[in-house]
Order: sequence, then C-alpha cells, then structure tokens
Amino acid sequence: MAEVAEKEKVQMLDIYVMGKRYKVPEGLTIQTALEYCGYHIIRGCGCRAGFCGACGTIYNFTYDPTIRYALGCQKEIEQNMVITQIPFFPATEALYNVEDLEPKEGENKLVELYPDILTCFGCNNCTKTCPQDLEVMEFMSAAIRGDIKRVAELSFDCLICGLCAARCPQGLQPYNVALAARRIYGHYMAPKSQHNLNRVKEIEEGKFNVELEELKKASEAELRKRYAAREIEPAK
Amino acid sequence: MPYPPYMEESIRKLEASRQRRMKEEIPLISSDERDIIVRKYHPDYRETGKRKLLLGPNKDETMPEELANQLEGNSRVDPDKVDLSKIGYDVDVLIIGSGGAGLSAALLAQENGAKVLIATKLRLGDSNTIGAEGGTQAADRPNDSPVLHYLDTMGGGHFENVPELVWAMARDAPMAIKWLEDLGVNWDKETDGSMRELELAGECRRRVHSCKDYTGLEVMRVLRDEVRCRDNIDYIEFEPAIELIMDDEGQVAGAILVNLETNELSLVRAKAVIVATGGLGRLHTQGFPTTNHYGATADGLAMAYRVGCSLIYGDSIQYHPTGAVYPLQFVGILITENVRALGGQIINIDGEQVACNLEPRDILASFEIRECTERHKGITTPAGNVGVWEDIPLIDMIHGEGTIARRLPSLVHKFSRFNIDLIHEPVLVYPTLHYQNGGVRMDANSATEVPGLWVPGEVGGGVHGRNRLGGNATLDIYVFGRRAGREATRYAKEVKLGKLTLNHVRQWQKELEWLGIVKERPFSPMLLPNYARQPSDYLADLYTEKLQSGLVKLA
Repeated sequence: MAEVAEKEKVQMLDIYVMGKRYKVPEGLTIQTALEYCGYHIIRGCGCRAGFCGACGTIYNFTYDPTIRYALGCQKEIEQNMVITQIPFFPATEALYNVEDLEPKEGENKLVELYPDILTCFGCNNCTKTCPQDLEVMEFMSAAIRGDIKRVAELSFDCLICGLCAARCPQGLQPYNVALAARRIYGHYMAPKSQHNLNRVKEIEEGKFNVELEELKKASEAELRKRYAAREIEPAK
Repeated sequence: MPYPPYMEESIRKLEASRQRRMKEEIPLISSDERDIIVRKYHPDYRETGKRKLLLGPNKDETMPEELANQLEGNSRVDPDKVDLSKIGYDVDVLIIGSGGAGLSAALLAQENGAKVLIATKLRLGDSNTIGAEGGTQAADRPNDSPVLHYLDTMGGGHFENVPELVWAMARDAPMAIKWLEDLGVNWDKETDGSMRELELAGECRRRVHSCKDYTGLEVMRVLRDEVRCRDNIDYIEFEPAIELIMDDEGQVAGAILVNLETNELSLVRAKAVIVATGGLGRLHTQGFPTTNHYGATADGLAMAYRVGCSLIYGDSIQYHPTGAVYPLQFVGILITENVRALGGQIINIDGEQVACNLEPRDILASFEIRECTERHKGITTPAGNVGVWEDIPLIDMIHGEGTIARRLPSLVHKFSRFNIDLIHEPVLVYPTLHYQNGGVRMDANSATEVPGLWVPGEVGGGVHGRNRLGGNATLDIYVFGRRAGREATRYAKEVKLGKLTLNHVRQWQKELEWLGIVKERPFSPMLLPNYARQPSDYLADLYTEKLQSGLVKLA
C-alpha cells in the first residue's frame, strides 16, 4: 500500500469541505482528502477509478468564485479549494421499451421521450460542467435534430454522474437523453453482426454438443495434450 | 514534465530498444514451466498472511487472513431482537447486489414472471462490472468455436476449473453477446457489422468483444436503464443485506437489510435469493492495492458461509499484472489488458522485455514480481513503489498513429489529468488485486448446496479454476446471472416456505463462543472499507503538521 507519508517533506494545503477548513497533505485527490479529514464516505464513492460517476464534485476557490466541476476520485486538491459533493440529483427518467423505439423518417424518438429538450436555449452550462469533457450541448442539439448517431458518438464516454442535469437551467437531463440515443443506435442502427447470429443458431441447433460433452469428460492429461496442440491465431 | 528525471532516463533506454523489440519474439512458456514460476513468485503461494479456518464448511482449509476474518466474523444482528413477523418486503426473488450478474438475473427473473426486489449497497449498478475495461469473450467468429474457448479457459485455470461450469459459459457466450446487443449495447464493430475482437493473454483466437475501453460501463448503463424501465422490478439503494434469513425446512427464505444512512433494518421474505455481491478486493489481501470498487468487501461470501455454503478455491486471488504504480493517485488502478493485446510490452529498467506480453495474468504477475524483487530490475517511484514499464506508444508504431487515442480513450484521458501523455510515454505497472478466482461452490445454474440460494458472478467459484482469463469475468456474470434468474424463478414458483428463523445465526455465534474467538473476530459482512483517518490521529497531526506512516491509503 502506498503511503503518502513516504515523501520526506509534505506540503500541507488548506481545503474547505462544505465551508469548513481542513489542512491536508498535497497530492491527495478530493476523495482521499475527504478521508484524510476523517470522513467515512457512504454516498459519493464508487469505483475510485474514474468510471462510475458516483463522486461528482463542485468546487471553487476562496479567492475565485467561478464554479468548477470534477470527479472526486480523479481531481487533485489545490490550495484554498472549497468543495462539496453532489452524490445525487433528482431526474425523472423516461420509461420505455427499446423495442418500441424504431427510428422512422419524420419522427424524433428522443423528443417524444424527452419533449423538454426543445426548451434548450444553448447556454452551454452542460458542456462546461462535464468532467469527461464531452460536447454535451452539441449532442443535445443533435438530439433536437433527431441525429441519433451523432448523439451516440458524442456521448459515448458519459459516466452518468448527473452534473449536467444539476446545472441545466431548464431542468433537462442530457445524460438520460444520450443513454436512450445510444440504446436506439445499438439496437436498430448499428450494422448487424452476421457471424454472431450464425454462431447462436449453430449452438441452438446443438452443433457443438458432442465435442463439448467429450471435453467435459476428458482426463487432465488429454486436456493438456489438446491445449498444447492448439493453433494460436496471430494477434491483430 | 510528467516523470521525474531519473525515471525519464529509464524511458530513454526503453525508447532506444523499441525498434529492436518490435521484431523480438519471446515465446510463451509451457504449462509445466508455468507451474514452476507461479509456485515460486505468485502471492497465492506465499506463506505469510494466511491462516486455517476454525469453523464452517471449509474448516481446516487455509485462506488469506483478511478473508478468514470475514468468514468467521460475528453477525451484525442479534436474533433475539429481530421480530421475524414484521416483513417489510414480500417477493418471489430477492437479488442482493446490482452489478452485471445481479441485473442480468433480475431481468431474466422478471421475464419469467417473478416479482423481483434488488437490494444494493451503493447506487444501482455500482460494481466491479462498471470498471471492466477489456471486454467479454464469446467464440462467435467463423474460425473459433466454444470448444476452443473451453480449452483456453481450462488451460488458463491450470486445468482445475469445474468442467460443467466451463461448458455452460463457453456454450452460452455468443447468446449473451446477442442478448446485450438486443438491449442496445454498442459493441465495437467494423462497418460491415462484424465484431472487432481482440485476443487477450492465454487465448488462441481473437474473441474478446469490447466497447472501446468502457466495456463494462456501457453494459451497466444499458442494464440499469432496462431494470428501471420494467414493471415488477423494484430496487433499494444504499441498503445492503447483512444476514440471510432461513426457514425451518433449511431453505434460504429472505434477508435482513440495513439502511446505511439511518441504520434501520428491514426484513425481506423471498422464495428465492440470489446473492450477486461480487468479490473481495477491498480486503486488500497480502497488502496489495486493488482495482476493485468501494463495495467489494466479500459480503456475499460471509453470508453464504454462515448458512452452510462451502467455498471452492477461496484462497485463489488474481493479481492483475498491469495495475498503475505512478502517479500516486492512481496506485492500484487497472491498465486494461487490451494494451497488451494491442502489442504493449512489459519492459524493465534497462529497456528489456520481462516476458512475452501475452502470458496469462498469474504468469506475467509472477514474472514482474521476480523482476522487481529477486532481479532488482524494477523502477522505483519517488513514493517508494516499484514497477516495470508497459510500453504503450509501441501500439501506434505497430497499428498506426491514432490507434491509442481511438482504442484507449478512457486511459489516455485519465493520465492526461496528471500531465502524462500515454501516446508518447509508457506507464509504470505492478500486480494489483483484481479478482477472486474462487468463491461459493455452485452448479451450472449457479445454485449453491443450500436450497433457495444462487450465487452468479464473482461471488461464485469454480468456473475459472485458479486463474481467470481476460474477458471471462464479464462473460461469467451475464451467463450465470441469466441462468440464476431463470432457475430461481422456476424454483420460486414451486417452493413452499416454512416458518422464518435465524437459528443458523444463533448456532454460529454459539460456535464462535465455544471456540473463544468472539472478541477476536470483526463483525461481518464488512460493508465498506474504512479509509477515514481516525480523529485521534487527526489531532496529533494538526499540531505537528507531520504525517505518520500508514494513515492514508490510496485507491
């Protein structure tokens, strides 16, 4: 386990957790700084590796009121940072069956699911908020135009932290709109994988049953032999 | 400048040898040689940090000490103070945990007509699945077959895997991929629709399906959305199970949940219970950092053990060979195995390859440990951690400029936050606690030895033997999650529950008392690791402004 203390001289920084001052050593993330302050985190902590979006955090500085956004597990603390976590933000997700969302000419499924998106007035707060640096407003414009493919592409790295919804003056939920778009794209618009469908059919017809049953019963020596004899496809 | 100058010096050596290394082929070692190096260097074979279990179904077997403590822990409930007549939720199928296995089980249970409740410790979907970067194996290309998948999995697991489980996993794999695609998962594809598949270590075909390096996240986004959209699936967040409830017929019949914020208990009566709580990374066995999420604390193992389930290969832990070592903020986090699949080599301080980059995980981890300990060819960071280089820029030289940015966006983005440019610089790696190879003993439908209880996913054991191949964990959860959901529902339609009881908890505590270890053992399940610095330490430090060793743990 890495120990911060192994550094010889550690610079101590002032941070303000929900307005309260603590001294913490430099080099910590917002998350580990909270733990250093003595917090046993319940909400606001998930994968601790920048994937899950549980630790959305809003911060600014005592000398600079501009609001900034980060994932608590990814952002290193700085002197005079004032932080608060937003582990939950209310958002009402549309309920649907993806089987009912086949895109058709002249229809905009995303507007049907989330009619409010038409009220977007382009303030760009969502884009400024995104800790993944996604072009959120741009994919919201694409959603309004009905360009599902573009929404799916631009939003692919979304962690669903919800910070964009927290800052939208119109109460929109860009992350949920994008999720619906990606599901529609994956289900209807991505080209079908014929080799996968073929293999599923073969398995259902029992093509590999005999050989798999044999393997299940094979001795370890036999398995080792067959394992060593495998031909290895060159990596691409 | 991202790395300190002395580390840059070693990087210059790595760059100098790159042209030569591009053509250098180090052969894979044989399965006999594998057994030798693993026994000598793998952490599973160290004698320290382990002890024998004193009670329960695996009594006298040796386990990592941290796990043994959880298995032999004290119950968090006093059976005499719980009124079992006050049922909060009455359902057909209770699912504990909401990762890939839990949610797959929930969807299949619902489809088969069950009323489902999901109880989860953190947010819906918070799990190790969400951080799975590499992908999911399924033998669906024409030159591949479930038979080859079966052989690869067996060989990777040192031929100790349970055959019927490997059979089920290899057979169901292509169907799992199709099921997820139908739900709206965006697999990486070529323009003609064929899947873009990678060959991870120990695999004889390109078989790993990915969604850039956000594979688990993409699947979890879709599964979570689908669960929310369906009727008859309810879920409660921040409310983990702390004990299973049984009936007087010896069947599992529900669970006790605790609200993590108010400490209120609720009782769930369920005809069938699916424990899908994942692994144990946050126990930090052998003192290793971990890639695991905050809630990976072996809860399901402890609860299942207490109702009489045995573990298989409970002592077998996967230390992933490419955990980050630098910067300090990233110690222990995963560098996806796709880097190796794309040609990233493992390099020592002198710019030499440590082993073939396509060795299975336990083998490469053993080589790295040898390189950094016995051979002293590792690179030491300013914080005192040791690692070897993983040569990521080599990927663009092999596959063309832009490949790294396109295929590994999350990795590049993460390190750029600390001014490390992985397109031009290597990353320092060392083994990190990644996965529990073993788990609760189960059959091909994830049913345990105790009626009414299923254990799909990482909490269940046997399918991976003593070493899991890349791409088989996310496959395991979909395949066995789906099987468990279906089977538990079939069972729930037939079973007659008797009178609810916590006598198994009373009996357990009696045994702990009889052994005289009540006070020595912690409460279990652990629920969350505690990385908070204790208040007394804080006061001490406030005056000296000097840190003491061992107080702050990272990642």
